[in-house]
Amino acid sequence: MKAQVKAQVKAQGTANAQRQFDPVAGHPTPQVAFADVTLDLGGKTIIENLSLGVQPAEFLCIVGASGCGKTTALRLAAGLYQPTRGKVTFDGQPMREPRREIAIVFQDYGKALLPWRTAAGNVSLALEAGGMPAAERPARIEELLRTVGLPGHAGKYPAEMSGGMQQRLQIARCLAQEPKTLLMDEPFGALDAMTRQGLQDEVLSLVAASGVTVIFVTHDLDEAIYLGDRVIGLLPHPGRIGIELPVNLPRPRDQLSTREHPEFLRLRRQLFDFIKATEQ
Amino acid sequence: MSDNTAKNTAKHTAKALVLPVALLVAFEVWARATHLQSDSLAAPSDVVRALAEAFADFSILIATRDTLFSAFTGLAIGSIIGLALGIAFGLSNTLNRLMEVTVEAIRPIPSIALLPIALIALGFGYRMEIVIVAFACVWPILILSRAAVRSIEPRLMEVSRALRLPAAQRVWKIIIPAALPRIFVAFRLSAGIALIVAVTVEIAINPIGLGAGIMLAQQALRADLMLAYLVWIGVIGYALNIVLVVAQRRLFGRAALSGDSA
Repeated sequence: MKAQVKAQVKAQGTANAQRQFDPVAGHPTPQVAFADVTLDLGGKTIIENLSLGVQPAEFLCIVGASGCGKTTALRLAAGLYQPTRGKVTFDGQPMREPRREIAIVFQDYGKALLPWRTAAGNVSLALEAGGMPAAERPARIEELLRTVGLPGHAGKYPAEMSGGMQQRLQIARCLAQEPKTLLMDEPFGALDAMTRQGLQDEVLSLVAASGVTVIFVTHDLDEAIYLGDRVIGLLPHPGRIGIELPVNLPRPRDQLSTREHPEFLRLRRQLFDFIKATEQ
Repeated sequence: MSDNTAKNTAKHTAKALVLPVALLVAFEVWARATHLQSDSLAAPSDVVRALAEAFADFSILIATRDTLFSAFTGLAIGSIIGLALGIAFGLSNTLNRLMEVTVEAIRPIPSIALLPIALIALGFGYRMEIVIVAFACVWPILILSRAAVRSIEPRLMEVSRALRLPAAQRVWKIIIPAALPRIFVAFRLSAGIALIVAVTVEIAINPIGLGAGIMLAQQALRADLMLAYLVWIGVIGYALNIVLVVAQRRLFGRAALSGDSA
């Protein structure tokens, strides 16, 4: 019995090790790539000469002080902004507009959900946009709501749900797009610590199950190290890469043991020193 | 608790009614005492009798039908045009700037000033009245729905872009529902304007409806009937507003609720 469990854990470990990104070996074609990207908005340079490649199935975290352009970088990746100079590509093709393969989870779930639609209706929006026939939607909606831990809440309106539930709902809507890349903009920033930890682990298992590429923006350094295969720290004014740290922590991650791991503590120290230096 | 508040409301209503009722009674007494003979005033009891007679011979009902038909048809046409333009101008800054001068040049024209042109083009009857009402209703809806579309939460527009919603679905599934509570306020405003303009056109020239009825009573020196029409028009305006306020509460109670708590 014990041996079985051990074998299972081991198998999971190797599966995770396989999807763990190896920055040295690299990958011939990154899924999302920034090539010398500069963005000016309102006469101000927000991002300057940002070059970055995100490999398929990589979990990349971006951290930085407020106003360093991390959210802007995410919007560039989503195709919501166009770079002033340089190029953003997805699977080698330039991003001129948002694509269905890229889903974005916004921080302010209260504003990103349609208040006049139920949970099921909000998920349905993504399916309608994808042209799924009406007859096939209910089953898919139920499946998605179950995936994010909201079974039985299909008929509730966002205003009747807690912050954590609303963010789960937004994630369900993004998953309905069947994205290859999931962009997350401080998705758990507004949630309490317990809810946040629960959702971190759920996102990790969702990502492990689907093999989706993730770019995750956060200001919580522990969260970035806990979740990521790689953490990038941005320098502010204008935004550019200041530090790049591969995270060689075993998967699956665990809220207690991972956060006590010497490597975790070392990375945490390094990242804190970096952020402190940028704030001076 | 709710029983108490209901009682309180009833008490307030009763108190508010004291003054108008007292004035009516005083006027009635004065009219009877002086044997009032006037082309512009009549005792309240005579007005009520005239109103009852007008109901009995269906004349006021037919007039009401004519006026409401013109007002509502004009309101519907004006609302659709105003809404379409308002949404288009709200979404496209280029279009808005391109049309701004034109809109601001046409909008201040009093709708009733179109009467001579409309009369020549369309003659007496419903069509002419409907066109003038529609013209008057376009502007409030256009201006307010343009503002409503512009104030839609930008995040919702980003969501619709990220989901790659086609343009028609974006308007139908995001923009109209998000702007609807404010668009409905504009609709309420326009409904009041529609009634005013319809009656005005009838008083000025069009020989149908309540406006024509009030003019006919005046020319026949029937002050009681004239005032009966006036009271009835007031009742219709009051009822129309109540219906729309209740509809607004029913339709957007939830939207307002979720907007508050978000």
